[in-house]
Amino acid sequence: MAGNPVVTDWTTDFDHTDKAWAADPYPIMDELRDTCPVAHSDRFGGAWLPTRHEDVSAIANDTEHFTSRSIVVSEHRPPMELAPEGIAPPISSDPPFHAQARRMLLPVFSPQTIDKLEPSTRAYCQELLAALQGKDVVDAAADYAAHIPVRVIANMLGLPEEDGDKFRGFVLHVLEGVALPLEERIVGFQQLFEYLMPQINDRVANPKDDLISFLLASELDGKPLDPFHVVRTVALLLIAGIDTTWSAIGASIWHLAKSPTDLKRLVNEPELMPTAIEELLRAYAPVTMARLVKEDFEFQGCPMKAEDWVLLSFPAANRDPAFFENPDEVILDRSPNRHAAFGLGIHRCAGSHLARMEMRVALEEWVKVYPDFSLEDAGAVRWSGGQVRGPRVLPIQVGP
Amino acid sequence: MKIHLDSDRCQGHGRCYSIAPALFTYDDNGQAALIVTDELADEQVGLAQLAANNCPEYAIEVA
Repeated sequence: MAGNPVVTDWTTDFDHTDKAWAADPYPIMDELRDTCPVAHSDRFGGAWLPTRHEDVSAIANDTEHFTSRSIVVSEHRPPMELAPEGIAPPISSDPPFHAQARRMLLPVFSPQTIDKLEPSTRAYCQELLAALQGKDVVDAAADYAAHIPVRVIANMLGLPEEDGDKFRGFVLHVLEGVALPLEERIVGFQQLFEYLMPQINDRVANPKDDLISFLLASELDGKPLDPFHVVRTVALLLIAGIDTTWSAIGASIWHLAKSPTDLKRLVNEPELMPTAIEELLRAYAPVTMARLVKEDFEFQGCPMKAEDWVLLSFPAANRDPAFFENPDEVILDRSPNRHAAFGLGIHRCAGSHLARMEMRVALEEWVKVYPDFSLEDAGAVRWSGGQVRGPRVLPIQVGP
Repeated sequence: MKIHLDSDRCQGHGRCYSIAPALFTYDDNGQAALIVTDELADEQVGLAQLAANNCPEYAIEVA
């Protein structure tokens, strides 16, 4: 990441954009949980980092003391006037507005709607794998995982598939550009909205059978949804739907590549796939959310101040030994597994059914073509930092 | 033994209806709904308990 000084003390000066956190945050989380379960940092204008499941769950469920007005930690806090909608409803919305903005989206991401997308997702995975045929080393992140959610969400929204690189650029900027100066961040957001606005205006004039048109035809409080709300929700779906799933697919392939026993087991017992997906989500949960503290308030003895950030590390919650037995061990048939990879409480990831389907199909097709694979060079793997963590460079030896 | 589903706690994670599709289903929003509201057959209790034990929101109780 650009800018921020290297962290030397994680309890008083943590920074989730630090290289060490991107490379392997789990030992840091474990140490914090043991020594300072709600860490603090003056960076980003003041931020807190709880690492126990109990605390992450309590904050995720406490909309009285914590607002979702912004859910991506940066130096910049969005203006108060944006509440209760926030910059990208419903993820950035608070109750009671949140419920109606979310309810409108849920049918689009319900299991029955997502089931219909499985054949096209599978065909696309097969197409990607066919293009890799003949190679002995492939980048499972850049050549495979990165493309799947882009294509799926572009089709859902009705945006051109060939704009995939553009979408990935927007995502990178919003989620991984948090240390950039405010002016640069604003330019990035403007580019995203400038890209989307003509698409929205086009659907206003010529409705199609896509999600943008569906949103434009939706009502909120008995009134048609304002195109400004639509563009912000579309921006959310584009951003939230891409590198999250890309990360989850990549991390799963990374795990299997370095764990031949698990790979063999999954290939020989394909019926394990559903619990394996949940376990890989638990162990390598890609997403960390954030809240802002509403008013000065004491949490677990910590003097939280209004407008302090709180990182909601679902990855840390998922590795809490007080909540999971042997949390650092990946157990493909782990049960029970009440993991929090998709969040907890009213902001549970609306796209979770889509993400699971994409993960399952991507892994099924991958192991069908490559029943035996390994890391080509463990040292060459690169992970993204910030609030969505997953492999961005992942060279896999698939041939002799 | 019956399944008790707290719809206010349910956030639609969908773990229950994936694990026990004979006991749980979902509405148009993906929120969980019960298929079996009566007394569970002995052979259903284990599966119901498994679904309850995997619910991230603690919305299911078998009692």
